[in-house]
Amino acid sequence: MALLQLSEPGQTPDPHARRIAIGIDLGTTHSLVASVRSGVAECLPDEQGRVLLPSVVRYLSANGRQIGFDALAAQVQDPVNTISSAKRLMGRGLGDIGKHSQFPYQFIDKPGMVTLQTVAGEKSPVEVSAEILATLRQRAEDTFDNDIDGAVITVPAYFDDAQRQATKDAAQLAGLNVLRLLNEPTAAAIAYGLDNASEGIYAVYDLGGGTFDISILRLTQGVFEVVATGGDSALGGDDYDRALVDCVLARAGLGADTLSASDKAALQKAARACKEALSAAESAPFFVQLSKASIHFEMQAADFETACAHLTQRTLAAVRKALRDANLAKDEIKGVVLVGGSTRMPQVRKAVASFFGREPLTNLNPDEVVALGAAISANQLIGNQGGDDLLLLDVIPLSLGIETMGGLVERIVPRNQTIPTAMAQDFTTYKDGQTALALHVVQGERDLVADCRSLARFELRGIPPMVAGAARIRVTFTVDADGLLSVNAHEQISGVQAHIDVKPSYGLSDEEIARMLQDSFLTAKQDMAARALAEAQVDADRMILATTSALAADVDLLDADELGQIERLMADLAQARIHADAAGVEAATQALAKGTESFAAQRMNRGIQKALAGRNIESV
Amino acid sequence: MNLNLQSNDFELFSIPLQFSQDRAALDARWKELQREAHPDKFAAQGAAAQRVAMQWSVRINEAYQRLKNPLARASYLCELNGAPINAENNTAMPTQFLMQQMEWREALEEAKTVGDLEKIAAQTRASEHAQMDKIAQSLDAARDFAEAARQVRSLMFIERFASEVDARIDRLEA
Repeated sequence: MALLQLSEPGQTPDPHARRIAIGIDLGTTHSLVASVRSGVAECLPDEQGRVLLPSVVRYLSANGRQIGFDALAAQVQDPVNTISSAKRLMGRGLGDIGKHSQFPYQFIDKPGMVTLQTVAGEKSPVEVSAEILATLRQRAEDTFDNDIDGAVITVPAYFDDAQRQATKDAAQLAGLNVLRLLNEPTAAAIAYGLDNASEGIYAVYDLGGGTFDISILRLTQGVFEVVATGGDSALGGDDYDRALVDCVLARAGLGADTLSASDKAALQKAARACKEALSAAESAPFFVQLSKASIHFEMQAADFETACAHLTQRTLAAVRKALRDANLAKDEIKGVVLVGGSTRMPQVRKAVASFFGREPLTNLNPDEVVALGAAISANQLIGNQGGDDLLLLDVIPLSLGIETMGGLVERIVPRNQTIPTAMAQDFTTYKDGQTALALHVVQGERDLVADCRSLARFELRGIPPMVAGAARIRVTFTVDADGLLSVNAHEQISGVQAHIDVKPSYGLSDEEIARMLQDSFLTAKQDMAARALAEAQVDADRMILATTSALAADVDLLDADELGQIERLMADLAQARIHADAAGVEAATQALAKGTESFAAQRMNRGIQKALAGRNIESV
Repeated sequence: MNLNLQSNDFELFSIPLQFSQDRAALDARWKELQREAHPDKFAAQGAAAQRVAMQWSVRINEAYQRLKNPLARASYLCELNGAPINAENNTAMPTQFLMQQMEWREALEEAKTVGDLEKIAAQTRASEHAQMDKIAQSLDAARDFAEAARQVRSLMFIERFASEVDARIDRLEA
């Protein structure tokens, strides 16, 4: 809907005031969905009352699939077709995955992102994630017995542009209307801060199944301002499992190359069970039956701690760096919040407590807190919450730049910059008569392009021939509130322009998404037509109401022609509304939306100007 | 005052056109302004609304970045008062300042541990603060913008050095 509802307080132009919004924590090992019901955020359980959904998808030969607990149960028996930890593969090439021999999957190297060969064909990590998201969407729809209007999906704060874009694609593929990508530590801070009415500077230490984030936030009266963030998008509980496996294999004198895919899956499962048991005991059995041997040890907590000390140290190095970026000393931190299932490990708690010199706060369930924060945010973004809203001021985790001569990176947006942001840098031609400039967009902190993530390449063409150095090419990077980048290049003498939304090369086209949607999710055809008509009519009513109230408030922005045009479109829509044809109603709604777009923009400008000026007068 | 995207940072934040600023007031004003303009406020209202909100929100963040950073704020004030910094074309520095820079660079080369580097970082910070006081004096009391611009150029050297020290610490800790 293009029209604005800058309406007077107390007046809601929406006939269906309450809309359904959900928050989804798409995790490496498990995922959750939450929503605000009767003013309280809560995680939605499945039919068996479980809120956690294992992030595991098993592909079966006859186009079927198992998702969640059923898939998890089959992991050892069918490791190649049972995909877990897909989050670690999002937006990643084969070279990024590291010691991928640890994964029992058959990878196919593709530009931008790997895919997996399964019995049901080639699957991308985006599709695997979409299956999980669609399952949670279905759970929410069943809970509310209604459609979902919008969703907030959480991502690790340290996710780069490619990983964020992949997550957004997955959500779209799952048929979700994405209101926002929200950083996981920020989501946790929302749930936490609101629960405790906290003010001051907090550190959120979030160690999940496959990712680690540290965010430093300043909390003041409903404002969640991220001061600095850091982390490692490939470090989590999975790595502790692997360190435990390595330790066990070394003791048993077995090499990783002697293991079958089933052995690897069995070891992973045994390691996780042993790790979890060690959170509550000084020692625990590690037992696994392999194809050629069986292993049975009593694992000591102290030995496990030694085997993983380097991992915990890596998290603390990231914490120190974030504090330096924030220009803060440890003792300025008022509280440390632990998030993520992996913070249940006593060695992690101990290390964090001794680093900050204080006991971390753990009064919210570390598995649920991210989904709860996402639900609160979703409820607000969809417009259910009147009054004083939360304000989330997040940052970009990794610097963005452009390749210059010699394979060096010229940084344009530095890390920890508050978003949304737009920053520009001027470049010029280096040859006489040069008419095109190739731009290579990268993300990362290193000076060499080869050490950063390549996000996109594009060209500015049609520069009029000039002597070297005469052209003035301004390259502008715009990062939206989701942390997603678009780039614009503009030669200022000739006015030549080029623009791209940075979609990594694997980025699915809209047609591909439409096809996949049809293939996988929209199988229930009954009532579709009736439901489509009802939805179209609701949208039409909303649109007409919004337009009417917009005209009442700001008709003076329009000249007679413009007003006449809008009134004609409204009459057309009212006419179409009467006929029971969903497509016709939608088309007329779209026409009105498009026809009022520039009016909406002008109103918006006026509204913001007024609001800002009001603020200024108040405070002078 | 009728604000628009071209209003200068001080007008946008409705604060006096001077170097000395109350950081807490600046932070509070930033949040007040973002509360009105942040795209999240208009999430349910379509693409046109998002676009306009984004422009304002970006502009407010840009102004805040410049106002809260003393070096950027000083440069901006020099520019608004007709004494642009032109750092690329204007590299002349007092000899004494250059000598001190060389000493620091030698110390940086000899530093081996994070402790050594943190000692240098502390020294640099003290020097930054002293230079900032001089700049405040030139801008707000003497209103000598050409002199302020020279002092800003020196401060830029010091800050570049400070960020090299930080980068070395990052590398040692990585």
